Amino acid sequence: MSSHAEPLEHGGMGEHEHHGPPPIHYSSRMPPQVLGMFLFIASEIMLFGSFFTVYFFVRVVNHGVDGHWPPAPYHRPAFVAGINTLILITSSATMHWADSSIKKGNRNGFKAGMVLTLLLGLTFLLTQIVEYHRIGFNTSDTSFAATFFGLTGLHGVHVFVGLTILLVMTIRAFRGHFSPEHHHGVEIGGIYWHFVDVMWIVVYVTVYLL
Amino acid sequence: MGNPLRSEQDAFRFVLLTIGYFALIVIGAKIDVWVGVAVFVLLTAGIVWFVVSGRGRERPVPEAPAPSPPAEHRVLVLANESVGGAELLGQLEAHAAGRTLRVRIVAPALVSRLEQWTNDDGEARAAAQERLDDSVAALRAAGVEVDGELGDENPVQAVEDALRTFRPDELVLATHPEGSASWLEQGVVEEVRERFALPVTHVVVNS
Repeated sequence: MSSHAEPLEHGGMGEHEHHGPPPIHYSSRMPPQVLGMFLFIASEIMLFGSFFTVYFFVRVVNHGVDGHWPPAPYHRPAFVAGINTLILITSSATMHWADSSIKKGNRNGFKAGMVLTLLLGLTFLLTQIVEYHRIGFNTSDTSFAATFFGLTGLHGVHVFVGLTILLVMTIRAFRGHFSPEHHHGVEIGGIYWHFVDVMWIVVYVTVYLL
Repeated sequence: MGNPLRSEQDAFRFVLLTIGYFALIVIGAKIDVWVGVAVFVLLTAGIVWFVVSGRGRERPVPEAPAPSPPAEHRVLVLANESVGGAELLGQLEAHAAGRTLRVRIVAPALVSRLEQWTNDDGEARAAAQERLDDSVAALRAAGVEVDGELGDENPVQAVEDALRTFRPDELVLATHPEGSASWLEQGVVEEVRERFALPVTHVVVNS
């Protein structure tokens, strides 16, 4: 594999000058944290993709019955979900505000941003739970109902996980953690929250609007 | 646009773009289903074109390796073609200015697209090994301290990998003439100049 002009023990290319462990080698210009996030998001896309596949299959199969979606007598609460969408998008903006604030050393802005994001996320989840109670059908009713609850519920679980992460971040914010130099935890949590937001936009457009 | 997973800021920008993307599709679909489909196809094709054409690529931050020992002048040679001619040697000796000249040669396996997709790189690796052996032999015969290794099939990646174990003062890129360059060599000189904060000498070798 290699052609060496002189044996390594003779000191070729300065191997004797380095002390300690060798520097970390990222063979593909990608730090492990980013690679981990890539793999995580890829697995999430596959998970959501399988649910969307079932949803579209059910929709295509059922669309021919009366040309109407969702099949009667079901009704999608698009308005309430639309308000919820605005809430979640706003929470992304407050998350971005929190992250920008800690980068500038503005601790009050950071804490306010985190609290607002947490409250908005909580509002979204509670609204979705209330919507489930009032929607008038259940998971076992039809394939439409099953896929509706499957997709929105899967997203709801992600919101719950995101809220847990946000809660930890908020507690840490009030305990004085993070700084303009060290805010990796805010970055990663923020990326996850934005991902949850993006997935909701896809779910909302697909399930409620189209 | 940067990688949406690289930072919170990029992720937030991705959220806004997602909103715009789906808003246009929904507006189209409300006009007519087929308008919505057309908007979806056009927007998606535009995004694919943007990504594939490299317009969305992040500008790399130039990297400079740690300096080499002061008594040495180290040269990293990317050998897409065999090197060892007297002219190049003369240039390197001039750059060394009396210091000990040490050379590391990296020969990437220049595979075709089909070979890359099918992972069929046996012949390309054998050719790269042959280039490497010829280059090492030529420089060694000229009295230069030299070693070498096969590199990543992406020449820029091969340079970067080599920088982690070798601290050169200068890069030499030996490529084919433009007309007969491999697809992997396209734009490699510009990309290396952009990415690495080192003097780069480009040598075109007619095989």
